[in-house]
Amino acid sequence: MLNRRNFIAAAVGVAAAGGLTACAKKDDSPSGSSGGGGDKAITLGFSQVGSESGWRSANTESVKSAAKEAGYKLQFSDAQQKQENQISAIRSFIAQKVDVIAFSPVVVTGWDAVLKEAKAAKIPVVLTDRSVESDESLFVTLVGSDFTDEGRRAAKILEKVLEKAGHKGKVKIAQLEGTTGAAPAIERAKGFKEVMDAEHKDDWEIVASQTGDFTRAGGKQVMAAFLQSNPDINVLYAHNDDMGLGAIQAIEAAGKKPGKDILIVTVDGVKDGFIAMSEGKINAIVECNPLLGPQLMEVVKKVHDGEKVERWIKTKESDFMQDQAKDALPTRKY
Amino acid sequence: MSTPAVTTPSRWRALTRHHLFWPVAVLIALLLVNVPFTPDFFAIRMTDGHLYGSLVSIVLFGSPLILVAVGMTLVIATGGIDLSVGAVVAITGALTCSYISDQADQNALAGVFLAMGIGLVAAVVCGLWNGFLVARMGIQPIIATLIIMVAGRGVAQLITDGQIITINSEPYKLIGGGYWLTLPFSIFVVAAVVAVTVALTRRTALGLLVESVGGNAEASRLVGIRSRRIKIMVYMFCALCAGIAGLMISSNTSAADGNNAGLWIELDAILAVVIGGTSLLGGRFSIGGTVIGALVIQTLTTTIYTIGVPTQTNLVFKAVVVIVVCLLQSPKFRAKVFGAKGRARTTAPAEPTTPADAAPKMEVSR
Repeated sequence: MLNRRNFIAAAVGVAAAGGLTACAKKDDSPSGSSGGGGDKAITLGFSQVGSESGWRSANTESVKSAAKEAGYKLQFSDAQQKQENQISAIRSFIAQKVDVIAFSPVVVTGWDAVLKEAKAAKIPVVLTDRSVESDESLFVTLVGSDFTDEGRRAAKILEKVLEKAGHKGKVKIAQLEGTTGAAPAIERAKGFKEVMDAEHKDDWEIVASQTGDFTRAGGKQVMAAFLQSNPDINVLYAHNDDMGLGAIQAIEAAGKKPGKDILIVTVDGVKDGFIAMSEGKINAIVECNPLLGPQLMEVVKKVHDGEKVERWIKTKESDFMQDQAKDALPTRKY
Repeated sequence: MSTPAVTTPSRWRALTRHHLFWPVAVLIALLLVNVPFTPDFFAIRMTDGHLYGSLVSIVLFGSPLILVAVGMTLVIATGGIDLSVGAVVAITGALTCSYISDQADQNALAGVFLAMGIGLVAAVVCGLWNGFLVARMGIQPIIATLIIMVAGRGVAQLITDGQIITINSEPYKLIGGGYWLTLPFSIFVVAAVVAVTVALTRRTALGLLVESVGGNAEASRLVGIRSRRIKIMVYMFCALCAGIAGLMISSNTSAADGNNAGLWIELDAILAVVIGGTSLLGGRFSIGGTVIGALVIQTLTTTIYTIGVPTQTNLVFKAVVVIVVCLLQSPKFRAKVFGAKGRARTTAPAEPTTPADAAPKMEVSR
C-alpha cells in the first residue's frame, strides 16, 4: 500500500504545517530592530518562554518596546515552551556575539552546559521572571517577581480589606491554588500561610483549598463545590485573577454577593481583574507585574557597563484596593 | 448476592446483569460519599429564581463532557477514536467569542446566532477533515485526529491572539451559564442532543449501521453499507457535539481561553464512554451508559473538591476510583474475584449446587 504510506506522510506534513502556522504569529517580532544609539548600541539577545498566557504576551510586548525605547538592538526568540529551542537560541546568540543574553527559562534545570558556553564567550546572562537551578556564577542576576512575597502581601492586604469591610469574627478562607507544582502556586500559598500563622493563628482559617489550574473554568467549578461543602466561607484568596473571575460567577450563582458576602483577594492584576474590582466584585489585587521591560533594560545597561548589580532584582509591584481600581484601570495594558 | 429469599436472586441477578447496573451503582456510591462532607448535598433550593444545589452544579458543569462523550461514543462504536475534540472545543469557543467581541452590540441576537453558527461550522469542518482522513485516506484514527488535536489548539490561540477574550453578552451566556425554567439551560441542550442521538440511532437503522461498520467495516461494505460515508458522518457528528460543548464552556465563563478550554476533555470523554460500557473495539455502544459515565466523572471531580483531597493527591485519588470502576465493570474480573468467593462459600458448607456454579462460568464466557 504505497498510497497509504504517502498519505500518512502527507498527513504528518499537514500536522507540521499546522504547528508552524500556530507559531507564525510570533514571527512579527522586530528581530534585529534598528537601534537608535549609533555604533555603540547594545545588542541584547532575549529568549522568551512562549506565549502561553495574556500575562506572557504582555511581558513580551514590554521587553520589545523597552528595548526599542532604550535604543538597543534586540534579537528576540520565542522558545514555544521548549527547552531545546531555548538552548539553541542562546547558542545562536553566542555565535552572533551579542552583548548581553537575557532569557526566561522554560524549566529550572539543565542549563549548565549552555551557560558555561556563554561564560566562556564572556557574555553576561540575565534571567527574567523565573530562576534556574545551576551554579550561581553562571548568571549575573534575576529580574523577576518574588512569589512568596506576593503571598505575604496578599495576606497583608486582606487585613486591610477585612478592616475596611468592618468584618468581625472568624475569617473562613477558601483558597484557589494555581497549577499543582508550579512555583507561583507553591510560593503564593507559602507566603500567605506564613503571615497567617504568624499573626492570625486564632481568627483566620483556610477551610478549603484546591487547585483551579490558573483558569477561569477551574476557578468557577472549584468555588461552586466549595460553596456547597463550606457555606460559611467569607473570604476568597485566588492565586490569579482568572480563577477569581471564575469564582465570582460561582458565587453569584449561589445567590451571594462577591466583594460583600465573600471578600476576594487575587494576585496578578490583569485588565479583566481590574474591571471586576472597579465593579466592586474583587476587594483587592496584589500585582504581579509582567511589564519588566524597562527594569530589564536598566539592568542590561549596568551589566554591559560592568557595574555591580544585585543577585535578584525584584520587579516593581504594587497592591491595589477597590478605591484605586478606577484610576488604575486605564493604565492596564494586558 | 446474599439476598435471603429464594425467588429474588434471579431478579437481583437480572438487575446486576443489566449493562447499566455497575455505572449507576458507582454513580450512586460516589454521590453518597459526599453526604458526610456536605450534609445538604442532595438539597436543592431556589436562589435568584433558579434551582441551586450540588446536583444542579454537577449537571451544569458536566454538560460539556456529556456532549463530547456522546459524540465520542459513536466514533468509538465505528472502531475509531477522536482525539481532536478538545481542540475543537477551543476553536469553536475562540471563533464565537472573538466574533461576538467584535460586535458593537454584544447582546444583539442576530450577531450571537451568527457567531455560534460560525463556530459550529468550523467544528463540523474539523470533523469532516477527520472523517476524510480516516475513511477516505485510511489513516489510523489516532493519528488522523492527532493532527487537529495538536494543530487545533494552536489555531485557537491564533484566533484569540494568545489572550483570553472576555465577552459581555447576556444571550450568549444563556447556553452554558444561564437558566431557563429554573434549570440550567445547558441541561435542555444536552437533553435535546441525547434525545436526537438516541432517536436516530435506536429508532432508525443508523445505529445498527454504525455498529456493523465498527464490527467489521469490510463485511459491512460488502453487504452494501456505505461504511465510509457512515464513518465520515460520525466524525462530523462528534465534532458538532464538541462544538456545542465549546459554546457551553466559553459561555459558562463568558470567555474564550484558547490555551485551556477543553484541555484533556478528550481523555475524560473516552473514559466516560468506557465506564458507560461501550467497547473500545467498536461494534457496540450505549448512549445511556455514556451519559452515566460522564456524570460519574463529573461527580468524582466535585467529590474531590468537597471532601478536601489534598491537591497533590488529586490525580492519584481519581486514578484509584477509575481503576476500581473499570475493574467492577469487567465481567471477567467480577467472576474471578466475587465468583470465586461465592463458590468457596457455597462449596464449604454443602455440596456445590449447579446454578451457583454455572453462573460465574457464564459470565466468564461472555
